[in-house]
Formats: sequence, structure tokens, C-alpha cells
Amino acid sequence: MTEPMRLTEEEKSMLAGDWGYPRQWAMEHLLRVGAFFDAERLTEVSQAHMMADTESLGEAGVAFIEELAACPKDEREVRIPMITDPRGIDFAHYRELGQEEWMADLEQRAIDAFKALGILMTDTCINYQTIMPPARGERLAFGDTGVVIYCNSVLGAYSNFEGGPSALAAGLTGRVPCYGLHLDENRRATKRFRLEYQPRNLVEWGALGALVGKRTGSYWDVPVIENVEGPLSSDELKHLGAAMASYGSVPLYHLVGITPEAPELSSVCNPDNLAAEAVTEQDFADYFGTYGNQGDKVDVVVFSAPQLSLLELAELASILDGKTVHRDTTLLAVTSPVVAADARRLGISGQIEAAGGRVLQGMCFYQSYAREMGEANGWTSLLSNSAKLVNIIGGYGYQPALASMRDCVAAAVAGEIV
Amino acid sequence: MPRILKCHVGVGPRVTGTALVTDDNFSARYDLDRIRGIFSRPQHKLAGESYVDRVLVVNTAKGGVASAWMLHEMASRGMAPKAILFNRVNPILAQGGALANMALCDRFEDGDVTGLIQTGEIVTVDPARGEVIIG
Repeated sequence: MTEPMRLTEEEKSMLAGDWGYPRQWAMEHLLRVGAFFDAERLTEVSQAHMMADTESLGEAGVAFIEELAACPKDEREVRIPMITDPRGIDFAHYRELGQEEWMADLEQRAIDAFKALGILMTDTCINYQTIMPPARGERLAFGDTGVVIYCNSVLGAYSNFEGGPSALAAGLTGRVPCYGLHLDENRRATKRFRLEYQPRNLVEWGALGALVGKRTGSYWDVPVIENVEGPLSSDELKHLGAAMASYGSVPLYHLVGITPEAPELSSVCNPDNLAAEAVTEQDFADYFGTYGNQGDKVDVVVFSAPQLSLLELAELASILDGKTVHRDTTLLAVTSPVVAADARRLGISGQIEAAGGRVLQGMCFYQSYAREMGEANGWTSLLSNSAKLVNIIGGYGYQPALASMRDCVAAAVAGEIV
Repeated sequence: MPRILKCHVGVGPRVTGTALVTDDNFSARYDLDRIRGIFSRPQHKLAGESYVDRVLVVNTAKGGVASAWMLHEMASRGMAPKAILFNRVNPILAQGGALANMALCDRFEDGDVTGLIQTGEIVTVDPARGEVIIG
């Protein structure tokens, strides 16, 4: 049998209910998860970030949050800064997207309940670019796999994948079970790749993430990639990690000479005991060959997953300059509320809209009732430059295709892949 | 004669159901039509199959964090598997099982669980004991 976890007096007190029902529930949840993964103790965390879209919460999840929110204020408020992943609705645009009133109603109930818990509704999966980038060694309870893999790999912070309930439990207690990537021995590389083709744009960095993620294929394996020519931009690392986490459930990668825990290959593995697999130009070609063909009709072009940075939106506006989106095609660019405000102020959103595109904020396409949006608008063929999005969206009834931002825009203008 | 498989201690209640087995992976977000209770991702090896009230046996978890909320939501509507068995699960599904009070186990002592159980077999999952009884 698993040994019981060692708890501090404060943790025992929360578990006993001395701090109220929400923290008692949270401790019980953390102990169940900790026991599953043989954690010996809890560890303190400094920030929490929670998946909070109502498509995943559903009526039951919202009712659960409302029950906690009905508790006294001193019992229900989170103990550490806590922020949210994208929601399911952009209230300014949901009707035109074919989303229904019940979705907006459920979303508003969730927002009200989260606010009552003291959670900041940042509605973003790029908090590491826009809100409070973690520092190296900082311990976190982050949700959204793309957020976790970026903060572990690029910033050298410590977080497991924390699904909504566990992120909430961490926010209420300031603790997570100490297992997985909170233990240094689990951060060493177990798979080794040698890059023989240098990605040239964001979609190719996403493709590299897909290739390595598929071959890694487990939360408990850590890939290290050699021969990556740096430096890389935050957006390139963002697409690389988001796709790797999506395809492989991978929470951490190392790039030799680039990411902080791998100044040398020997920093993260014994090279003599870990043979390298090549990632070749042909691997990239084979991967892209599975997504879309020239002449295929395009119903909707989506830039999302992760939400776009200000620089990505500016690039999109620049590419769209002087062009008009085809009347039978919809172009959506999705970003965070923080970036959306800047993009509006700087005229970037206006440029995209002048070309016929739409800028959405605080949501992410696949977290926003994508099946219902597709049915309402007659969308089946979807084109994106996000390897993560095309990996996810097939289960929602779409036929996804993948191309660079520039080629996505060309297709949006032509109404078909060109 | 029932066969007993030993695994790591899991989460959730003791349940009995009919097995649905694949060596493919699992994500509630990526793979399911949760309203209809079927696998909807065309490339999934169980595409078109109903998972409702089955003991689902899969290789590993994949993809994002949404499954943690989704298992709870599916269970609230009675449109969930009775249990899920993995070779090795990621934190998200374990967290989801804990919230949903769904039986969920992994790390089987006798090797690949997707080869140890056949679709259609009657299976009892006892997470507290770390046991799965077949037959």
C-alpha cells in the first residue's frame, strides 16, 4: 500500500475543515491525486492558472464552482494569485459565431463564481507572454498544456499539468502534491533527437513539436533536441511546445544550448546511454502531407491555439494589407484580452477587420463549442497555422489542414488552398 | 476461473462492467463526442464505438487538461465510462477521476493491459486494492 503523505500542521488543519469546506475539499482532492502518484508530501506554489471554459466544465462543473462560491468569503477565496485559461465565449461576437444564448448564460455563471473565489479572469493561454512570466525554479500549478510546457522548458519553472479541479485546489491551499516535474530526477532527458532540418516559420516549429511529441508519446518521458540553431523567439518556442504537448502529452523539453536546464547535452542526460533519433526534412514533408491539398475548399481559417501574441497579430495584419477575405470563407484571429486591447489601440485589429477578418478575444477556438459553431456556420474544412489546433479539431467534426500564416491568408482570400 | 491483474492503487469506487479495449490513447477533448457518448475522432481505433458504462482499457492519456473537468461533466449526465484502465496515465486523467469519483487505475504488474483484457470480457475494477478481476 502507498504510504500516507506527510502533512504540515497547517495542511492538517485545512484537511480537518478548520479553514472551511472549500479548502477541505481541496486538500482531500490533492491527497487523492498525490496518493495516486506516490507523492510523499505537498509543496508550496506561487501562482495557479486554471482551465475555465464552460465547454469542459459543463453544467455540472459550473454548479460545483457555484457551490464553493456560496461559502463565506474568508473560506472561499484563493490563497495565491490565480488566473484563467481562455473561456468559451467572446461576449462581443458569440451570436455572429453561431454560439447560443445558453452558452453565454453558462459562461456568465462561471465567471461570477470564479470572481467570487478571488480568481482573476485573464482568459489567456499566453500568460507567460502577457501576465506574469514565472522565474526559473518557481513552483506553479498551471493548467493548459501549452502554458506548462513553455514555463517548464523555456523558463525553467516547475509545474505538472494541473487540470481545472487540481489548479483550483492549488489556488485554495497554495499547495500541490510533490510528484512528477516537481522532482529534479524526472526532468532529465529520456529521449534524444537530432534535428537535421531547421524550421523556417511558426508552423514548422509547430510541426517539429508534433514530430517529437508523437515519438515521445508520454507524460513521463522528456525529449532533448540537439542541433537547433538559436536563438528562437518566444512565439517559435510557443508553437513548438504547444504542439509537442498536444501530440505527446509532453510537459517538458530541452533544447541543447537554448533552454536553461540544457546548456550542454550532458546537463540533462548521459549521451553514451541515450542514442539520438534523427528528425529529417522528409519527416516534415510527410507530416505536412497529412494535412490538406491544393485546391481544397476552405470554410474557416483560424489563427488560435495558442492565442496570438501582439507580434503575430501585427504580422497577420501586414500580410492581409490590401487583400480581402473570400466571401465564402471566414477568417478568425484569436488572442488574449490584454493583447486585444493593445492591438485595438495600435490599429492592428482594424487592419485585420478591414480585410474581412475577425479578431476575437478571451477564448480559444477549440475551447469554444467548436462542434456547435461548425454546425451553425456550415464549417467543415478548417485551415490553420497551428499544429496543435489541427491535431485537436478532427474530433469536433472538422477536416483540418495546416499551412503557414502567409499561405493561410492566401487561402482565405482565394477560398481554397493555393 | 477469474483472473486477477495487480496494478497501482487507483482512484474511484469498485465497479463492474464490460471491457472496451484498444491500444490507442485517450483524451476526452480530442477523441469524443461527449453528447452522443461515442468516439468521434475518425483516426481513433474506437471511432464510432460507444464508451458509455464500459470499462475502457487504453494505452495512455494524451493531449490537454480539459479531460479533468470533462470526466466530471460526463459522469453527471450518466454518459461516462464506468472505469478507465491505462498502462500509464498522465496527471490530468487521474485528477479528473478523483473529481468525478470514476474508477481509474494504471501501472499493471503483468505488462501491457491492452493485451491482458479482451473487449467484451466482464471486468471488476477495485482501485483501493489495486486489482482488476476478469471473469
